[in-house]
Amino acid sequence: MDLGPHLLLALLEGCVAAFVLAVTALGLSLVFGVMRIVNVAHGEFFMLGAVIAWWITSLVPDAPFWGFMLALVGAPLAVGAIAVAADALVLRRLNYQPEATIVATIGLLYILQQLVLSIYGPDARPVVAPIQFRIVFPWFGYSGYKLVAVGAASLLLLAAWYGVTRTKFGLIMRATQFDRETAQAFGVPVKRVYAAVFALGAMLAAVAGVLVVPLQQAHYLMGLDPLLLSFIVVIIGGLDSLKGTLIAAFVIGISDGIISVFFSPTLAKIIATLAVALVLVFMPNGLFGGKAR
Amino acid sequence: MTGADKRLRVLALHGGLVLVLFALQFLLPDYDHTNFTSIMVLATYAMGYNILVGYTGLLSLGHAMFFAAGLYGAGMGVYYFALHPVLAFVIGSSAGLILAALIGLIALRTTGVAFMIVTMMFAQAAFLVTLYFNDVTHGDEGLTLTQAARGFDLLGWHVDLTNPALRYNLALSLFTGALVLCLALVRSPIGRVLIAIRENEERTRMLGYDARHYKLLALSLSGLLSGAAGAAYVLFFGYVGSSFAAIQYSIYPLLWVLLGGVGTVVGPIIGTLLMFYLIEISRDHMSSYMIVVGIMLVLLVLWFPKGIAGTIRARWWGWIP
Amino acid sequence: MTFLSTQALTRSFGGIHAVAGIDLDLRQGEIRAIIGPNGAGKTTFVSMISGRVEPSSGAILFEGEDITALRPWDRVLRGIVYTFQITSVFRNLSCFDNVALSVQRSLSKGRAIWYRPDPAEVTAAVDSALHRVGLLTRSAELAGELSYGHQRLLEVAMGLALQPKLLILDEPTQGLSEQEIADFCSLVKEIAAGATILLIEHKMDVVMELAHRITVMNNGTLLAEGSPDEIMANLDVQRAYLGT
Ligand SMILES: Nc1ncnc2c1ncn2[C@@H]1O[C@H](COP(=O)(O)OP(=O)(O)OP(=O)(O)O)[C@@H](O)[C@H]1O
Ligand SMILES: [Mg+2]
Repeated sequence: MDLGPHLLLALLEGCVAAFVLAVTALGLSLVFGVMRIVNVAHGEFFMLGAVIAWWITSLVPDAPFWGFMLALVGAPLAVGAIAVAADALVLRRLNYQPEATIVATIGLLYILQQLVLSIYGPDARPVVAPIQFRIVFPWFGYSGYKLVAVGAASLLLLAAWYGVTRTKFGLIMRATQFDRETAQAFGVPVKRVYAAVFALGAMLAAVAGVLVVPLQQAHYLMGLDPLLLSFIVVIIGGLDSLKGTLIAAFVIGISDGIISVFFSPTLAKIIATLAVALVLVFMPNGLFGGKAR
Repeated sequence: MTGADKRLRVLALHGGLVLVLFALQFLLPDYDHTNFTSIMVLATYAMGYNILVGYTGLLSLGHAMFFAAGLYGAGMGVYYFALHPVLAFVIGSSAGLILAALIGLIALRTTGVAFMIVTMMFAQAAFLVTLYFNDVTHGDEGLTLTQAARGFDLLGWHVDLTNPALRYNLALSLFTGALVLCLALVRSPIGRVLIAIRENEERTRMLGYDARHYKLLALSLSGLLSGAAGAAYVLFFGYVGSSFAAIQYSIYPLLWVLLGGVGTVVGPIIGTLLMFYLIEISRDHMSSYMIVVGIMLVLLVLWFPKGIAGTIRARWWGWIP
Repeated sequence: MTFLSTQALTRSFGGIHAVAGIDLDLRQGEIRAIIGPNGAGKTTFVSMISGRVEPSSGAILFEGEDITALRPWDRVLRGIVYTFQITSVFRNLSCFDNVALSVQRSLSKGRAIWYRPDPAEVTAAVDSALHRVGLLTRSAELAGELSYGHQRLLEVAMGLALQPKLLILDEPTQGLSEQEIADFCSLVKEIAAGATILLIEHKMDVVMELAHRITVMNNGTLLAEGSPDEIMANLDVQRAYLGT
C-alpha cells in the first residue's frame, strides 16, 4: 500500500479513537470540574460498560442489533447505579477530600476490576457488531460499524454540550462548580448534584465502553488504557475546560492513531505520559485551558 | 515523662523489634523464613515511602520507579557486566537516589493531588521504558541472575546470596539500617523541619526555612531507601521484571504505610507484614486476590486513616516516634 | 539611611485594591503602630514586607537594600519576622517544638542543611523565649490545646526566638486578659530595646502606651501619620476609624 491510503487508514482509525476517547475523557473532566476530585476508577467504568454489554448481548444471541441497542441503554444505567452507590458509600463519607478520595478510588479500581475477574473470568470475549456492512475503498475495506460508532459518539458529545450549557441541570452544575458553599446557600442540593455528576461521568465512560466493545473485545483489564488516555486528555486540555478536553481528545486520539500506525505505540505512550507530567507541572491550566483562576 | 525515659522506651521498642526479628529465623518454617526475608526488604521500601508521605505530607503514586531503579540498576549490573554484588547494591541504591532527586526537581513544584498525578505519570513512563527496551530488560519475562553471579569472596569466605540464612540476616541488617536512619532522621533538626512542613508549610517558610530544599532532601532519601530495597531484592531473589515497575508496586507501599501508620517509624514493617500475609492467603484461595488491596485501601481511608501504630500513638503511647 | 521604607507599595486581589500605593518609612528602634478599620489592608501591607504576599507593584527597601524580590525565608534570615494574625502555630507539636523550630533556624544561619546545633543551647534558648512570654510552664503542652490568647503569645515567642531586627506583630493582644495585656506591653518595650517593631493593633490603649508613631490606613491608602497625640487630635482619623 502507498503512503496515501496508509495515511487515510491511520486518519480513520485516529478518528474512531478520538471520538471514543472524547466521550470517556468528558466524563472524567466533568467529575473533576464539578467535584474537584480525580477519579482513578474511571477506566473501570469503561470496562464495566464493555463487560455488561457483552453479558446483555449474550442474552439475545439471535438478534445482535437489538441486543446491542439494549446494551447501549442497559450498561450505562447499571454503571450509573454502581457509581451512585460508590458515591454514597465512600466518596461522600470522605467529604470529597482530594487526597483521600484518590486513594479511595484506587481501591475502587481494584475492587471493580477484581470483581469482574472473579465473576466474568480472565478471558477476552467478543461482541458482534450490530451492523455488518463494509465500506469499500479502492485500497482497502473499512468496517461500517466504526463510522456508526463515530456518529453515535458525536451525538453524545453534542447532547453533553447541550446539557452543560443550555439546561437547568447544567446551570446548577456550573454553579456548584464555581462555588460549592454559595450554591448550597442558594438551595442547590449539592449532595444530589455530586451524586448525579459522578454517575453521569461514569455513564459516559460506560457508553464509550459499549461503543468500543465490538471492535476490541471485553476484558477485565481493558480499563487501564482509557484511564491513562483520559488523564492525558484532561490534563493537556486544561483541568477546568470542557472545550480544552474536547480539543485535546481529538489531537491526541488522531495523533495516537497516526503515530501508532507508523511508530511503536509504547514509544508514543512514553512521550505522552512524560508530556502530561510536564504540562501539569509547568502549565497547570493545560495547553488549551484559560488563564490561571 | 522525662527525655531520658522517653529515649529508653524508644530504644526498647525498636531494639526489641530487631531482636524479635533476629530470633524468628530460628523458629520460622522454611516457607515463612523466606517470606520474612522479603518482608524485611519490602518494609525497607515502605520506610523509604514513609519518609516522604509521613514526614513531609507528600503522597506519591509513583514510587515503583525508584524501587525499580534499584532492581534494574543492580540487576542489570550483575546480569550484563558481572558486577560484584556489593558494587551492584551501591549502584542500585544510587540509582534510586539520583532518579528521586531528578524527579523531585520537577515534581516538587506541585503539591497535593497534582503531585500524586505527576509522580504517577513519571512512574508510568518509567514502566513503559522497561517494556520499550525489551531487548535489554526482557520486559515482563525479566532477567534471572544465576547463583554464581550472586556470590563473592570476602576475606577468604565465600558469600552466597542464595543461602537462606545469610539472606535473612542481610535483609535484617538492611532493615535495621533503615530503621536507625529513620529514627535518627525524625529526631534530628531536619526531621523537625520536615514534620513542620507536613503540618503547615507556609508557617515553616515564614520561620526562615526554604521548604524546597527539605522536600527535595526527603524525596531523595526516600528514593535512596527504595532503591536500596530494590537492589537487595534482586540480589537476594535473583529476578527482576517489568511488573516491579508497574503501578501496583507504587500502590503497595502506600497501602503498607497506611495500614501500619503514616508517619511512624515502626508502622511500615507492621503494615508490610500484615498485608504480605493477607495477600498470600487470599492468593491461595482465589485468582482475584488483588481485591483485598482494593478493599483495604477503601476501609483504611474511611475508618482507619491513622493506621495501627498511628492509632496506638494517638490513644496510648504518645511517645512513639 | 532609613531602616525600612516602602515605595508606592500596591497589591490587588482581583478587582480589590487591598493596598494602594503606600509609602512608609521606619526608623531603627521605633515602635510603629498601624491602625485602621477592618479590611483597611493592614495585614496585606505587612505581609508584603515579610514576603508572604507578593506586591502587584512598588518596592521595599530594608537597611538600604531593595528586598522586593527576596523570598520570604531569606527575609527572615535578614531579620524580618512576622507573627501571624490568624494564629498559625503548629497545633500538633508541643510549645517547645514550635519555638525550637525558630531557635534551630537562628542557630544554624548560614550552615549546611544537616548542621546540628548544640541541643543544650537549643533548649536554653527555647526556655528563655517561652519564659519571656510567660509560657515556660506549658512547654510540653500541644500548641493546639492552648487557649487562643496563649497561642498568640506562642506566636510571639516563635518570632522572638528568630532574633528579629524588625518584628511585625499582627494584632497580638487579641484574646488576652487585662493582666496578660499589661505583661505583654512590658514585653514589647523590652523587645524594642533590641529591635524595631511594627505593631498592628485595634486596642487604642495598647497603641497609646506603646507606639512612638502611628500610621493610619483606610481602604488600602495611608490616611494619616504622626505622633500618638497628633493622631488622636486628627478629625479625619476619628471619622474613619472611630466612626464618630
Ligand atoms: N488572599 C486574599 N484574596 C482576596 N482578597 C483578599 C485576600 N487577602 C485580603 N483580601 C482583601 O483585601 C482587603 C484587605 O484585607 P486585610 O486583611 O489586609 O485587612 P486588615 O486591615 O488586616 O483587616 P483586619 O483588621 O480585619 O485584620 C480586604 O478587603 C480583604 O477581603
Ligand atoms: Mg488584618
